[in-house]
Amino acid sequence: MSKRVFYILGLLLILGALLAACGGQNSSNAQPVKTVVVTVEAKGNAASGQGATLKAVKDRGYLVCGVNAQLPGFGYVDKEGNYKGFDVDYCHAVAAAIFGDPSKVEFRPLTAKERFTALQTGEIDVLIRNTTWTLTRDTELGTNFAPTTFYDGQGIMVRKDSGIKKLEDLDGAKICVATGTTTELNLADQMSARGIKYTPVVFETADQVFGAYEEGRCDAVTSDKSALVSRRVTLKNPANHIILDATLSKEPLGPLVRQGDDQWFDIIKWVVFATFTGEEMGINSKNVDKIKAETKDPNVRKFLGLEGEMGQKLGLSDDWAYNIIKYVGNYAEIYDRNLGPNTPFNLPRGLNASWKDGGLLYAPPIR
Amino acid sequence: MMNREVNKQYSSGEVLAPPTERYTVLGWLKKNLFSTWYYTLLTLVTLYVLYAVLKPTLFWALKQAEWEVVVVNLRLFMVGQYPADQIFRIWIALHLLAFTAGLAWAIWLPKARRIGAFLLLIPLGLAALPFISGFSRLNWILFDIFALAGWGLGIWKPKAMRRPLIWLLLAYFPILILLILGVEPILKIVKTNLWGGLLLTMLLAVVGITVSFPLGILLALGRQSKLPIVKGFSVLYIEIIRGVPLVTVLFMAQLMLPLFLPPQIKIDNVLRAMAGIILFAAAYMAENVRGGLQAIPKGQHEAAWALGLSGFQTMYYIILPQALRNVIPVIVGQFIALFKDTSLVAIVGLLDLLGIASTVLAQPEFIGHQREVYLFIALIYWVFSYAMSYASRRLEVALGVGER
Repeated sequence: MSKRVFYILGLLLILGALLAACGGQNSSNAQPVKTVVVTVEAKGNAASGQGATLKAVKDRGYLVCGVNAQLPGFGYVDKEGNYKGFDVDYCHAVAAAIFGDPSKVEFRPLTAKERFTALQTGEIDVLIRNTTWTLTRDTELGTNFAPTTFYDGQGIMVRKDSGIKKLEDLDGAKICVATGTTTELNLADQMSARGIKYTPVVFETADQVFGAYEEGRCDAVTSDKSALVSRRVTLKNPANHIILDATLSKEPLGPLVRQGDDQWFDIIKWVVFATFTGEEMGINSKNVDKIKAETKDPNVRKFLGLEGEMGQKLGLSDDWAYNIIKYVGNYAEIYDRNLGPNTPFNLPRGLNASWKDGGLLYAPPIR
Repeated sequence: MMNREVNKQYSSGEVLAPPTERYTVLGWLKKNLFSTWYYTLLTLVTLYVLYAVLKPTLFWALKQAEWEVVVVNLRLFMVGQYPADQIFRIWIALHLLAFTAGLAWAIWLPKARRIGAFLLLIPLGLAALPFISGFSRLNWILFDIFALAGWGLGIWKPKAMRRPLIWLLLAYFPILILLILGVEPILKIVKTNLWGGLLLTMLLAVVGITVSFPLGILLALGRQSKLPIVKGFSVLYIEIIRGVPLVTVLFMAQLMLPLFLPPQIKIDNVLRAMAGIILFAAAYMAENVRGGLQAIPKGQHEAAWALGLSGFQTMYYIILPQALRNVIPVIVGQFIALFKDTSLVAIVGLLDLLGIASTVLAQPEFIGHQREVYLFIALIYWVFSYAMSYASRRLEVALGVGER
């Protein structure tokens, strides 16, 4: 009798272990299978109903924001123990819009692998972690992308004295690249499309890639342009290296929310737009109080919550945009603070300029 | 001729003192490094290699390296984002630990004074570091004072202190968690997402080893049990867990567990990592304890039965005390391994010592300082691991393990 029970129990345990093993595999590489599991879960999620996220955030008293804790310029912990960076500032902006207090955020550092799970299971309210907007992620993962906050793209850095000016000059060159990334695949795609022969020199981590480039083991190095710029300042003679104009891939980075709560999605979208609008209207954290007191422009008055009750349409207070600009700043301020001329990166605005200056940032009107 | 003389010496019954190996510095050099031409050659080659490796390393460490990144971020490395105005709670926990350890030392290892003194030098050395704050300096000195106070009390009243010591040891663990987590309204709650650096590394290792210890004993006993279900479960559990790497268990805990749980239930991610480490360590602990159990001769069981002890009594009074004493070195070894293994939580997004190092490297002013930062945390791991292994070796000697 007891023997039979033992066998059944053993069988069950083996089954459980097998299931667990399959689950483990799914999480690491088999993308489609994982997403099926995930979507079902996301639909059954309590916090995914209309308006549920905002209510949960307000009841809790703070926002939980998923960030990268290890990306220069975008997310890191400073020596005082506070989160800083471009993505981090957007978390503060959302908190300012909801609570009128940018400090009401709890940051959850996430790795690239766990970021989507954390969002789907409701562990975080919004994911702002240098995540590229792609069709697959927008659909299968059960997530929605708010407007792009940073247009990145893959670039190539070479030594100035090499005489390389464009991609075609790289024929026969050795190129350092991190293995297993979309960067490596993009490089192969772009080069074969142009019929350029090159030797990839692959490494595990970004540190190794740039170390090898500095030692002269390859003629060029490829990565996202923002990364190239931030790494260039650490090379011995930054002025001896140039970044080619060519862009190998599109990497639009922006915030993500769960599908199924459109009100929350709207809030995140318009928080991003508010930072664009602030720059378009020339309103920043320094002059916002003065403008609010003096302005007669109906568009500005709507933006700053003096008329039109725009905030209530989002489920927020009417001074939501004022709070964002006042406590966090407009897009230009956020950009300059983290990536601009006074930082070691000194990253040119490029595509990330307002449409008025020839960039891609364009906010729909607030009315 | 010679032989005969030697024989004669022995046959005459004279007892010669054994030859002593005492050399002058030169003599030692000659015997060990320059005794033959190829020894000489090897010595010279080795010296050259050492010189070639050490010279640039030392030149880099002393002249080129910019250690400011470590100095400025020292608090991050030690306690992560733990609020600065609450750090006194960690010091209280440390002082209590010092007091308990001093007391335990006096009662259980009254003879091992030299190593005790050696261990006391470490906090003094830390207090002497040039770049730490006055508050930390004071606290390191206090740490030694508390340790000495505990030791003095133990030496003064060894008998009377035995029972309080046991209580203190049992209570220490919950007190530690309460101190660090906080109890409203006396101590402000510090949420686990603010725990980091060496504090988190230590907590993961200490919680891992402490909680896995009883679990491991149960599993080891279960594996030797005659009840098929208990035995089957234990064997399966041990073999499955030992068959997967820790990083897999951690990924399961971080990524899969939240998907299986209903959305109302949210388990804190530090807790999930702790659970993963505990479950993992328990399987290894079970095998270590089993080794100890199997080393106990069957006669001990039979003698216990002959005295009329029950199964539980046999285990509790006769077998386990002997078995656990035998496996102390192995358990310390496992603790050291676990201490280093906790660095794996960095890849599931926790800011332990390794995770905080990557974060510090992302600070705009310190980009490209990988060598300084990683060398520093390697040094921390080494200091702690070495101190533990040294203490465990001395503990073996003091307990007479292997000498029966």
